[in-house]
Amino acid sequence: MPPRIDNATVRHIANLARISLTDEQAARCGEQLSRILDAFNQLSQIDTSGVEPTAHPLDAHSVLREDVPVSPPGAEAILANAPRAEAGCFALPKVLEQGAA
Amino acid sequence: MPPAAAHDSHNAFIETWPEAEQSAATGPLAGWRVAVKDNICTRRGRTTCGSRMLENYRSPYDAHVVERLAAAGAVIAGKTNLDEFGMGSTSENSAFGPTRNPWDTQRVAGGSSGGSAAAVAARLVRAALGSDTGGSVRFPAAMCGVTGLKPTYGRVSRYGLVAYGSSFDCIGVLATSAADAAEMLYAIAGHDPRDATCVDQPVPDYMAMLHKRPGRLRIGVPREYFAAGLDADVKIAVEAALEVFRAAGANVVEIAMPLTDASVAAYYLIVAAEASSNLARFDGVHFGHRTASPRDYMDVYSASRSEGLGEEVKLRILLGTFALSSGYYDAWYRKAQQVRTLIRRDYLRAFEQCDVLAGPTAPFAAPLLGNLRADPLAMYLGDVYTVGANLAGIPAISIPCGFTAGGLPIGLQLQGPHFAEAQLLCAAHAYQQATDWHQRCP
Repeated sequence: MPPRIDNATVRHIANLARISLTDEQAARCGEQLSRILDAFNQLSQIDTSGVEPTAHPLDAHSVLREDVPVSPPGAEAILANAPRAEAGCFALPKVLEQGAA
Repeated sequence: MPPAAAHDSHNAFIETWPEAEQSAATGPLAGWRVAVKDNICTRRGRTTCGSRMLENYRSPYDAHVVERLAAAGAVIAGKTNLDEFGMGSTSENSAFGPTRNPWDTQRVAGGSSGGSAAAVAARLVRAALGSDTGGSVRFPAAMCGVTGLKPTYGRVSRYGLVAYGSSFDCIGVLATSAADAAEMLYAIAGHDPRDATCVDQPVPDYMAMLHKRPGRLRIGVPREYFAAGLDADVKIAVEAALEVFRAAGANVVEIAMPLTDASVAAYYLIVAAEASSNLARFDGVHFGHRTASPRDYMDVYSASRSEGLGEEVKLRILLGTFALSSGYYDAWYRKAQQVRTLIRRDYLRAFEQCDVLAGPTAPFAAPLLGNLRADPLAMYLGDVYTVGANLAGIPAISIPCGFTAGGLPIGLQLQGPHFAEAQLLCAAHAYQQATDWHQRCP
């Protein structure tokens, strides 16, 4: 049963995704998501009892390498793309409040 | 061959690089001018992924494939336009304008590797790299009348490819022939310890194998590929191509791939979920766009992402976030992964009876600019023939096989078992020896 993608749901998902939307964008996204999920709901008709989900297209296994240090790009190269850098760190606004979210 | 910048009337390139810095080239690709899709990291120039989020991003490292191209003596002419972060089928979802189809500039070049496809079609470069997550090398290849190869997942290192759907992403090759695609693949394929999903298997000599006559090729044609939505001109051209294979001695049989329609839904749910995770790194903190006046810490994330990411990207992140969210995870994401298992099994079963599967690459030829982009769902459904190969991790190639009545290119897609690139290239090459569609230029 396809879910209702109402405004509250869009707002909730957008918050999880850390994306802010205008009212108009939220309404448009809600409509598009509803249409898409309606169409994709066809999957619920497929019998998947006892079928393992595929997480990876190949037989995945942990890959190890020798415990030998490799040289990454230096801090300067990394900080070169920082929106704001100070004293060799990434600068950000302070977290203003601790406590319950 | 003309310098890229002067002749790029289709907006194939985001950035072109003057030739001055190229050293005396030696190697198998010496003398080759090639292009690299702008979601592949290069230390030179920018790597924008077609996004405002990375408009000024300069990668501190080269992708593995970029190192390999340089080692082979190729000259990189620049970075090509794409749908933002690989998300799209038309190359209209770019922050730097759409790429126009060289065959008809009122039409799209296909996507997401539209810039690479257009650059090859317009003969601005000999070959190009693209990425294929749900068809993004093959679909624009079909739209632009060039050859586009998606290798087996894990055949080519993804180190330096900006991730979209990590269990689907493949770096692929666009060229004017299977023979050239074989040369490019040979240069870039192989093990790379920096990509944990890259397989450690020897790379065959694709060029030597092109000329092998493998005996009677068994070609499976899924009946579901010829359902109601297929454009009549495309159907005619693909059927004519199958006749060419029959005349050359192939055994062409109809098979069933019953989950063809469902593959679009399974693909988009999983890839959107993976994208929502992969694109979480674009948060305005360490690199990329940051909003000018964040109100607080949280606003750094939300406003930066809202300003930096395009509409389609946001839509897919929301779709993926939804599919993974509490209460919906089992019914949507996990369900899609189970269907993926069934689709993979269908392919394995098909390859017990067939050497390759054949059909159209796309249900239609290049649409007019603005048409497909207006309806995301319609755009997703255009990937009906291509997403299967990404779901199963198998290789596939699109080759030109004719034109519509209006003069637009049509692509034939061949799909093969895991690591059967040599077989696909051989079959494509044989077809290109018997026909000349691939030699036509806009």
